[in-house]
Amino acid sequence: MEDKLKIGKHTFGSRLFVGTGKYPDFPTMKEALAASGSELVTFAVRRVNIDNPNEESLLDYIDKTKFTLLPNTAGCATAEEAVRVAHIARAAGMTDLIKLEVINDSETLLPDVVGTIEAAKVLAAEGFTVMAYTSSDPVVAGKLIDAGAAAVMPLASPIGSGRGFIDFSFIQLVIKRYGGVVPIVVDAGLGVPSDAAQAMEIGADAVLINTAIAKAKDPVKMALAMKLGVEAGRLAYSAGRISRIDHASPSSPVEGVIK
Amino acid sequence: MSENEIIDVTINGQKRQVPDGMTVEGLLEFLNVKKITAVVEHNKTVLGKDEHSTATVKDGDTLEIVRFVGGG
Repeated sequence: MEDKLKIGKHTFGSRLFVGTGKYPDFPTMKEALAASGSELVTFAVRRVNIDNPNEESLLDYIDKTKFTLLPNTAGCATAEEAVRVAHIARAAGMTDLIKLEVINDSETLLPDVVGTIEAAKVLAAEGFTVMAYTSSDPVVAGKLIDAGAAAVMPLASPIGSGRGFIDFSFIQLVIKRYGGVVPIVVDAGLGVPSDAAQAMEIGADAVLINTAIAKAKDPVKMALAMKLGVEAGRLAYSAGRISRIDHASPSSPVEGVIK
Repeated sequence: MSENEIIDVTINGQKRQVPDGMTVEGLLEFLNVKKITAVVEHNKTVLGKDEHSTATVKDGDTLEIVRFVGGG
């Protein structure tokens, strides 16, 4: 069954995207990435420690023939900084994708949507395939799409919180309005496979998960659990759920009951 | 002549003294940075890999040498 997801010029068979932060070590990360079945991995751009320049490299543990790379602009507090980091990431010559994050509130890590829209406009015009992390707000989603974002990534709850969906209604509105226009990827806050399944059941095109896998007691097992959650949710979405009704409806025939 | 002279540069926010007359590629070797994974921003201009061997490091230059790390 063909159920591919296209973002820019990239096509993905798996609808689970994964981060590479917070793992206990690189070998565990490598195993978890494999178990997740993901084809898109995100990572950050940071200064080389020039006093210890040859620390192990993350990229040594990522099979670039299996994974598409998605550098992020995490740590950038302004549109200008995010554009600068995107340029640096592109110079590595590995991808045109950028996960755009502009955040300047360390307590909530909620996105600065004004800065995000501004940066999206610049980067999309320069040919980047922009995947924009944003609040679950249909108005902002519309503006990001106008700015040229190739995918909109609304949050379920704050980054790393593991709280799942705080509210469904706004993210459902994002999906209702813009699903089919650009991929909608639920990013941030998912804690367990049922959260991932829920995201897919309501019609999200994919989910991005980092902390919930990396910080699980057994990250490799959780990666597989998330994979199954995403697949179950996606199948349920395409199968079409029953309507909710207020009263019971018997599953067995009401005729021919033995009296 | 200039081979033995020392210049002041700022690398990743730190003041450093390095020999004069090096290319960016030479600087990476001097710092013992694996070239394959590093991206260099030279005076706020991002260098393509092919520019590492042509860009020269001068007194007062600012360089950012970055790499990819785990993140989400």
